[in-house]
This record gives sequence, C-alpha cells and structure tokens, in this order.
Amino acid sequence: MADTAQTVTDERLKQEGFGARLMKRPELGAIAGVILVTTFFLITADSTMFTLSGIMNFMTPAAQLGILAIGAAMLMIGGEFDLSIGSMVAFAGLIFGACVVTLGLPLILAIPLTLAVAAGLGAVNGVIVLKTGLPSFIVTLAFLFILRGASLVGLKLASGGSTQLRGVRDAIEGDWLAPMFSGDAFGPIFAWLAQIGLIDTFKNGTPKVPGVPVEILWFIALALVATYVLLRTPQGNWIFASGGDRNAASNSGVPVRKVKISLFMVTALCGALVAIITVMDAGSTDARRGFMKEFEAIIAAVIGGCLLTGGYGSAIGAFFGAIIFGMVTIGLTYTDFDQDWFQIFLGGMLLIAVLFNNYIRKRVTGER
Amino acid sequence: MTQQMTEDTTFHHGSPQDAAKPIIEMQNIEKHFGNIIALAGVSFDVKPGECHCLLGDNGAGKSTFIKTMSGVHKPTKGAITIDGQPMNFDSPRDAMEAGIATVFQDLAMIPLMSVTRNFFMGREPLKGSKPFRRMDIEMMNQTTVEEMRKMGINLRGPDQAVGTLSGGERQTVAIARAVYFGARVLILDEPTSALGVRQTSNVLATIDRVRKQGVGVVFISHNVRHALAVGDRFTVLNRGKTLGTAQRGQITPEELQDLMAGGQEMAQLEGSLGGTV
Ligand SMILES: Nc1ncnc2c1ncn2[C@@H]1O[C@H](COP(=O)(O)OP(=O)(O)O)[C@@H](O)[C@H]1O
Ligand SMILES: [Mg+2]
Repeated sequence: MADTAQTVTDERLKQEGFGARLMKRPELGAIAGVILVTTFFLITADSTMFTLSGIMNFMTPAAQLGILAIGAAMLMIGGEFDLSIGSMVAFAGLIFGACVVTLGLPLILAIPLTLAVAAGLGAVNGVIVLKTGLPSFIVTLAFLFILRGASLVGLKLASGGSTQLRGVRDAIEGDWLAPMFSGDAFGPIFAWLAQIGLIDTFKNGTPKVPGVPVEILWFIALALVATYVLLRTPQGNWIFASGGDRNAASNSGVPVRKVKISLFMVTALCGALVAIITVMDAGSTDARRGFMKEFEAIIAAVIGGCLLTGGYGSAIGAFFGAIIFGMVTIGLTYTDFDQDWFQIFLGGMLLIAVLFNNYIRKRVTGER
Repeated sequence: MTQQMTEDTTFHHGSPQDAAKPIIEMQNIEKHFGNIIALAGVSFDVKPGECHCLLGDNGAGKSTFIKTMSGVHKPTKGAITIDGQPMNFDSPRDAMEAGIATVFQDLAMIPLMSVTRNFFMGREPLKGSKPFRRMDIEMMNQTTVEEMRKMGINLRGPDQAVGTLSGGERQTVAIARAVYFGARVLILDEPTSALGVRQTSNVLATIDRVRKQGVGVVFISHNVRHALAVGDRFTVLNRGKTLGTAQRGQITPEELQDLMAGGQEMAQLEGSLGGTV
C-alpha cells in the first residue's frame, strides 16, 4: 500500500527510511528467518540439499504444512484459533477414503463431498464459538479430540477393524481429476529440460525430478489468493478488523460473525485439501494423519508474523514460516546433527518470532 | 458561564424547522441489561437540518440510547420509525444503510490498522468487474487524506496505523469518517472530549456545515457551552429518563446545567463555589 496521495510536507515529520518501512511489514521476520536458515544449511548441510531434488524434498512437506498454515494464519488474523485442524486432516482423510474406497465414488463426487463435510464442521466450530462467546481455543480443543476419536472409530467401521484404510490408489486409478491432486506437474517440461541437459538425470535419461509435486502448486496458489484477499478486498479488511477489535469492527458495519464463521470454514477446507492430497499420495489413510499439525500450523503462522491476539499478520509470512519448517525438518538429515535437534530449533524459532512480533506490534501501534 | 444566553454565540442558526418531519423518531425506548434498566422510556427525534443535543450526566444512558439508534443495541421496548416507517435494525450495518452514521464514544477504531483501512472499514469502495472486484485503494487513500485535511489534520500518510495517532487525532478520524458517510443522520457521542480548543471549534463548525446540508445531527456532550454553541434543541437525560426538551433561546446555560445535574444540587454547589462551575 504505497502512499502516493500525500503531497503536504510536515515539518514535524522525520523522513521514514526504507528500513523503517520494511520493519512494518508483518512478513519481514519470516523472510529474515528463511535467509538465516538457508545460510545455516548452506554452511552445515551436504550440498545436495540445495539441488533441485533436494529443494523438492523439503518443499513437499513445507507445502503440506503451508496449506494448513495459510488457513491458520487467516483465522489468527481474524482473531481466532483452530486447534482441530490436524484432527480435521485425519477426519477428512477418512471421509475421502470412505467415499473413494468403500462407496466407490469417482473423485468428482468424492472431493466435493469431503470438502463439504469439512466446511460444515468448520462452520460448527465457528457457530459454537460465536454463539457461546467461549474462546475458540477451548472449543476447538474439544474438536481436536472429537475428530481424532471419530477418525479412529470411523476407520474401524470402514475397514472392518483396522485403523488404516487401504486401496485408495487402486480406486482412483485413471480418474481424470487425479492429476490435480496427486503426483507431479509439468512432467513434459522437466523431461525436456533433462533432454537439453539443464537438470540432472538418472542413467537411463529420465530426470531425477520428474516434475513439481502438485501440493507445492496448491501451496503457492493459496498463498497468492490469500494475500490478494487480505490486502485488496473488503473481505480482507473485515478479517483484519474482526481480529483487531471485534466490537469496533461490528459497530463500523463489519459483519463480524459471517467473517469469523467463514474463516473457520476456510481453515477446515485447508485441512481437507491436505487430507485429499496426502491420502491420494500415500494410497491409504490412517488415524494418525495430521497428528500435531495444528501446532505446527500455528507456529508457522506465528513465525510468519501473525499476532496471537489477532488483527495482524500475513499469508506470505505463513508461506515462509512453513518453508522454514520444511527446511529445518528435512535439512537436519543432510547434516551431521542429531535429528532430535529439530524440536529445540523449532521452539527457539517460535520464541524468537514471538518476541520479534511483540516488538513490531509496539512499533506499529506506537506503544512504548 | 453566568451571562445570559444570547443570539450571537458562535454560529448562526437556520430557523428551527418546526414544520419539517423528523427523519428518525424514537418513541418510549427502553433498554434493560439483565436487571439493570439503562433506559426507562426515552423519546427523541431528529429533523433534517437541525442539531439536537443530548445532554446528561455520566451514566445517564446517553451512549446506550444512541446505540439503539445506530443498530448496536436492540431496544427492549419502544418503537423506531424512519420517515414514518417502523424500523428494526438488526446490526449497525442496517442503520448505516439507512443513512445513519455514528461516532461512538470509544470511536470504534482499530489501532493496528491504517487510517485508510479504518476510515473505510465496513464500507470499502470497489473497482473492477466481478471476479476481480477489489478495493479502490488509491481513491481510499486520497479521500482519507483529503477528509482529514478538511478537519485540520495533516496525516503522515494514509498508511499510518491509527495506534500511532494521538487521542485527538483519532477522534478527528472518527468524526471525519462519520461526516463522510453520514448521509441523513449524524450521531456524535462526546466527540470533543479529547480535543483541544482549535480542533473543538473545527468540530463545531463541521456540525454547522453538515446541518446546513440538511443532515440531522445528534450531538452528545457534557459541555453545556459546546452544546449551546451549535444546538437547536436540547434534550436532557437523567437516570434513563428524559427531563424534557427545550428549544434554543428558551433555556439558559444555568438551567441546562441544573437539569443535567438532576435538579438543585448544582445550583447549590455553584452558589457555594461562587459561580465558577
Ligand atoms: N452492555 C451493558 N451491560 C450492562 N450495563 C450497561 C451496558 N451498557 C451500559 N450499561 C449501563 O447503563 C447505564 C448507562 O450507561 P451509558 O449509556 O454509557 O451512560 P452515558 O453515556 O450517559 O454516560 C450505566 O449505568 C451503565 O453501567
Ligand atoms: Mg457515554
């Protein structure tokens, strides 16, 4: 939002430098984090980490988390949390698996059905939060357990006693919609790049990286759409307003209830999208799917500059937050460090991010 | 404060438009919060082109009353009519669509958001066609800077966060916003409480200006002098009830002050303090 309209100069105004302007962007911390983490791994990790296949390697889990993180970030900006998003991945996975395997539905029906169930559950979360005025933290914590439990019970029913439902791959074999949600995109381009020697190939001439995993494209597309909505549409303005001060927003004519319920639905839809993508990828679904993802998504959003108190943050920040997450998880396998450093690293990042965000908030609001 | 009210105070008034029909009429409004009776039957109306002052001590129910007018509270009892038609606001948005804009006492602004985003919050102008319809940010920025300048404030920039503004500047943004959107009725709940002398006279002049454009203004104030400077009619609230409405020129500042304090105490106090209150 560049300021072009201002022409009057005020003698009481110090010129605001580029640095100071940059400091006000919520995603600044996350971008700095990406640079920091990249530098760290450039020094410590095996050089294969930053080859094309290495990058796809950490971008894939980053994208799966990032889709959730973008939903979580928008909801956080709107002033609410959803702790049930990880369980939603499991539950939506079950619904999707049951649709495809048990009911034998084609994807054109199974996917909208799964999305509709998820959106409905998101709306239930939202309506309870808004009707009761309880903190979303508590309401969605209940749903964390309810949906996880329902996934277990449902899986046993659908699979006849097991907590895993197999056979998804066979069931979707040849479905025309499958390439939208699984596998790699741009295969021919990568094959051509391999042919002219621009990317590495195996001995038989096929490229080592067959294409871009579709979840990465979904991730990028969602980040762009979310950013556009937040910064350029009235609905985006309403999201910031609802999270910034619910009463003030409502008194100014913002339909706060609608905004918040829609955000709960969007978050649930993000969970369902991740469920569909990962279930199709794995060919099966199980009750542990999405375990702990609610926390990881919130952490990525916070690293991305979202305030826990709402009203401030960005989708681009969450995008980079998720990439940091992916780099750290996968990157450590390229180093000599013990894998278990991961959690320490993560906790440290979170703490730094929160302190940094707090400082930024004070600067933006002019508090001292 | 003891001299007689005269006609040459600050602003010239259009002839009180007795003939005009009220834009909005509130009849016997009651509002209960649980067992608290905040309003016990208040009647009030606003005609086009007048400034109707609502006066009263703290806790009298002024803010609660105007919130029933601007769609924040649903009255427990009583009727609201606009142009003679019964009205039932379900939300502040409904009231805005009926052309009622309000400066709330708490200003209803969001510190983390920019002045522009606050200014247009809930009423964002759009441009572009359907799938790519978006906020007209250039127009929003320009309008904000311009409207603020009209009120005597030069913004550092339209993207400045409201949290960095002073109390008076914040109040001015809220007023500028309401004036900009107040198509038919403009409600101001103690708009001058955080303002300095120059800004206050600016606000009083603004009230006069929009009144001349035919807007009905509801002006809540603690300050009898501010009220008398622009008011055409004066209604005093006390403990959730109206103590009556007076026309301009029919009431002295002392009488108003007394009514606000709920009767005799103020007169006695004023006597013992030698007329300095
Ligand atoms: N939401 C509410 N819940 C309970 N009581 C309220 C509420 N809003 C206002 N009141 C009570 O109503 C009375 C009138 O308040 P208010 O309208 O704010 O007064 P004023 O604006 O005249 O100072 C006060 O006693 C206040 O405590
Ligand atoms: Mg009040």
